[in-house]
Amino acid sequence: MFNEKDLKDIEAARDKWEKEKVKKVTSRFPERKKVFKTGSNLEVDRVYTPEDIEDLDYNEKIGFPGEYPYTRGVQPTMYRGRLWTMRQYAGFATAEESNNRYKYLLEQGQTGLSVAFDLPTQIGYDSDHPLSEGEVGKVGVAIDSLKDMEVLFDGIPLDKVSTSMTINAPASVLLAMYIAVAEKQGVSKDKLRGTIQNDILKEYIARGTYIFPPKVSMRLITNIFEYCSKEVPRWNTISISGYHIREAGATAVQEVAFTLADGIAYVEAAIKAGLDVDDFAPRLSFFFNAHNDLLEEVAKFRAARRMWAKIMKERFNAKNEKSMMLKFHTQTAGSTLTAQQPDNNIVRVTIQALAAVLGGTQSLHTNSRDEALALPTEESVRIALKTQQIVAHESGVTETIDPLAGSYYVESLTDRIESEAIEYIDKIDKLGGAAKAIEKGYIQKEIQNSAYNYQMEIESQEKIVVGVNKFQIEEDIHKDILKVDPEIERFQREKLETLKRERNNKEVENKLNKLKEVADTSENLVPYIMDAVRVYATLGEICGVLREVFGEYEQSVIL
Amino acid sequence: MNRPIRVLVAKPGLDGHDRGAKVIARALRDAGMEVIYTGLRQTPEQIVAAAIQEDVDVIAMSILSGAHNHLFPKVVNLLKEEGIDDVLTIGGGVIPDEDIPTLKDAGIERIFTPGTSTSEVVEFIKNNLKR
Repeated sequence: MFNEKDLKDIEAARDKWEKEKVKKVTSRFPERKKVFKTGSNLEVDRVYTPEDIEDLDYNEKIGFPGEYPYTRGVQPTMYRGRLWTMRQYAGFATAEESNNRYKYLLEQGQTGLSVAFDLPTQIGYDSDHPLSEGEVGKVGVAIDSLKDMEVLFDGIPLDKVSTSMTINAPASVLLAMYIAVAEKQGVSKDKLRGTIQNDILKEYIARGTYIFPPKVSMRLITNIFEYCSKEVPRWNTISISGYHIREAGATAVQEVAFTLADGIAYVEAAIKAGLDVDDFAPRLSFFFNAHNDLLEEVAKFRAARRMWAKIMKERFNAKNEKSMMLKFHTQTAGSTLTAQQPDNNIVRVTIQALAAVLGGTQSLHTNSRDEALALPTEESVRIALKTQQIVAHESGVTETIDPLAGSYYVESLTDRIESEAIEYIDKIDKLGGAAKAIEKGYIQKEIQNSAYNYQMEIESQEKIVVGVNKFQIEEDIHKDILKVDPEIERFQREKLETLKRERNNKEVENKLNKLKEVADTSENLVPYIMDAVRVYATLGEICGVLREVFGEYEQSVIL
Repeated sequence: MNRPIRVLVAKPGLDGHDRGAKVIARALRDAGMEVIYTGLRQTPEQIVAAAIQEDVDVIAMSILSGAHNHLFPKVVNLLKEEGIDDVLTIGGGVIPDEDIPTLKDAGIERIFTPGTSTSEVVEFIKNNLKR
């Protein structure tokens, strides 16, 4: 980017500055630390100059927004055209209560929905299953059948909103329910916009809501890719998630590396199943975390975009530009929230939201201040949403695209994250790909080591967390937190009982038997799941049939 | 005492957040204890069975899903039913302050909330063993 003479001059000036200025100061006033590091422990220099990016080829590595390799963003006008989608992840208790929260959020100016399901739903158990005891409606809404889904989206026009559903192992079932609700509203499948998370590999790695073993899980996922490419063309069929990998303790580099390695595994599986890369790749989307180290996070998002573009073009020979674009949702980092002085979390979330926006996110969830204590209250959720609106409308960072490009530091950090993440991906390739690396426990172990190191750095005060290991204050007991009524479990079970009494059980049995039959073949299962859902077979019944045929995943416990 | 302290680190319920459980497991091990980690999705029955089989001195449970009021006391009650009263039972996770007194009354001797240092947990275990 710079000519030789200029670089020589800069080098000379830098030497002079170090000798004459820096030494003089540091001999009397040593710097605060011997080594400075990013939040993810990459070493940071005192100052960055053109020397640090002397090999950077602007057109090849940075380019323009909406153009390969998309380092500066996936759209040509980015937020000058349209702001990101403000999408708060919400859902608790019953479909009735969640429906109210969605309507409230839409009234407050939210532009997309994001559904949180309770754990039994995420693991394919009905509310009356013994393992569901104590968990019904706790971390999200309980959905047992199409009946609940009809209530959840009552009065919300599905051709007008885009809906993201955090559902993985039973994603096909919940998507089928969503389509069925839309049909009842008179909205055809091709009008539906939204995302299912549908990312099973990170469930094995970090999140834990798996059901089936990897091979059949990958089949279900490619079934969805195929079905949606024909029937629900505007639906994002997967959200390949680094979020939970980061929450589990990964560094920024590991987050990028392991997420893209998972992405590679899905693309390979779909190609192996006979799909053309450009038929499904444009509907792949990603989901990343935004932590506190603002500039490192921005560099991370830029690096991820550049890497994915190259992977799709060179490794998978994608021809469609849309296949090369890494579009992503961001959530601020739950693991950085403190139970101590919870109002401080508003500030953390602001920094993280800023990182996501400066990194070019397509949609954003901002966490609420009280989430280290419990599920957020309505007031806390409102502040979190308003934080996004302030970043969008008051901070000025949306007026030009990728404003940190060209910063010597940010560009050199972008390169560094890219090259370290590539090293990891090479290593995973050598192990036989992401699925194999997970089976061997390699990815989990790497993350656990980072998580442990981080905890030790906190305990030795090498890293400071305000209010936790420094600047503590005496605090009262935290009240005003959201409580989920334990009666909900009973209410949900009663609804289920009524449903099972009133539906056509003969029909349910037929459809479940048919599903069981085709599960053993190589046919696409989605149409059969749709049939079962329409006659009000429950989620637990559908997953139960598939459990019988596919068996269940056994976690390998690695410490 | 001539053998190392034995601890069962357990994840009751359907919650998949195991970062904390694993960090604690490793810290206890580094502090010289013998640690058995159950993995995810354990029922209270499975946890108690594992505790008996492994002859542990401590059961350390972690829940971040909000199911603690239901699942923690269940483990303690099952221990009682088995006639076991010398196992120290502790818990951790996203647990509201208001729930802590009830859990203590139920027999979970200490609840650790976010921000706890691992050395605090190590010290507590060392000072509160029941056998």
